[in-house]
Amino acid sequence: MTRSLTVLATGPLTTVQDGGRPGQGALGVGRAGACDRAAARLANRLVGNDPDAAVLEVTLGGLVLRADADLVVTTTGARCSDAHNAPTALPAGRELRLGLPATGLRTYVAVRGEVAVEPVLGSRSTDLLSGLGPPVLSRGDVLTVGDPAGPMPGVDLAPVPDPPGGEVTVRVLPGPRADWFAEEAVRALTGTPWTVTDESNRIGLRLSGAALERTRTGELASEGMVRGALQVPPSGQPVLFLADAPVTGGYPVIGYVDDGDVDRCGQLRPGQTLRFRGALS
Amino acid sequence: MRVLPSGSTALLVELDDLDAVLGLYAALTAEPIEGVLDVVPAARTVLLVTDPAVTTLAAVVQAVRRTRPRPGRREGGELVELPVVYDGADLGDVAALLGVTAEEVVRRHTGTEWTVAFCGFAPGFGYLTPDGEAWDVPRRDSPRTRVPPGSVALAGEFSGVYPRESPGGWQLLGRTDVAVFDVDRDPAALLRPGVRVRFVDAGS
Repeated sequence: MTRSLTVLATGPLTTVQDGGRPGQGALGVGRAGACDRAAARLANRLVGNDPDAAVLEVTLGGLVLRADADLVVTTTGARCSDAHNAPTALPAGRELRLGLPATGLRTYVAVRGEVAVEPVLGSRSTDLLSGLGPPVLSRGDVLTVGDPAGPMPGVDLAPVPDPPGGEVTVRVLPGPRADWFAEEAVRALTGTPWTVTDESNRIGLRLSGAALERTRTGELASEGMVRGALQVPPSGQPVLFLADAPVTGGYPVIGYVDDGDVDRCGQLRPGQTLRFRGALS
Repeated sequence: MRVLPSGSTALLVELDDLDAVLGLYAALTAEPIEGVLDVVPAARTVLLVTDPAVTTLAAVVQAVRRTRPRPGRREGGELVELPVVYDGADLGDVAALLGVTAEEVVRRHTGTEWTVAFCGFAPGFGYLTPDGEAWDVPRRDSPRTRVPPGSVALAGEFSGVYPRESPGGWQLLGRTDVAVFDVDRDPAALLRPGVRVRFVDAGS
């Protein structure tokens, strides 16, 4: 009998994500993949999957799944289930219900054997910018579960902290066009708080704060960028790009969030404040 | 060559012109640098995305400085022919902008060989640069909310083919039935950097 999960509710947004599509930028294909890569990898390891196997990325909880066979599941990231950071048996007919996380934005659901939807260009990730990959989950979807890749890890619980609420500080590094900005703008980036606005999504966090003024005017020919880029459009309000970042952009990138800190940015909710620590020159 | 920082995992190499970009990209794909996951050419730059588990940014800077550019175009690379029905909504406007007849626009567009310089905007959207005379056509004053897939268009110094329906501000010359991007085909993108393109007038 086919092992599968039936989607009874999706919450605001649930997508399938894996390690994404590296190496296809020259074709205009972005990387995508989990917004909080560390949480997705942890979820996979807890159920004995390959670290970059396909998981569900659940935005603000609300997902309900029913097991159609005896399965093993776990959740990581934003805490909102009884199976959090712990491999948990989900017998046939039982439901995994995600509530509303107290902190954090994205919860990852891994199932032993991974979510085996059809890959597109070598990945099962949904890219909300380009539209590539499997469709966003809908109620009634039946997700096939693959065969386990490796043994169970022999771990009952992963002691990792929950994503914090309130203010979060991340490290920032120079971007290619830091010299297009006034010194005051560079100081404002690291010296003032930034609020995550509700126009944020998997593509990026739209931040609100001091207007970052350019000293150099004129057009920038579009150039390549990756997750973590802090791009400054004419409004002066930066966008911090996340998993579904475009491959190229035409506005100057003043800085980059250190790659080791970008995952934490993927857990920020609208209204939370973000501070940048570091030097841009 | 200027190497600009792009955070903890990437580097942006800035070059003098598009030919230098094509040359460096051709060299980096022919002889890949170890630990470089992705090479993304653009109009004046090449982005190198590294795998920090395999290499360091300093090692990649050294390797890219040692790389000898190759002739990126006018080589015996793959040639794609795209049949085009030249009935685009902006053909008349483009002719007027250039001060020639619509027939002359078609003659020039089909009479030159194009090279895909880089992709962007959408998966499989190639920016094509002419081997002959340069073009200079402004974008439309107001972009269309809906450009049909297969539309063959011009903007600035480039020509391109819309892989799928999308908004767009390029001037539309015509349409092709050839799918320039198909996820079920390998390779999915027909118009990859370095590929040469010839447009053929398919009549109406």
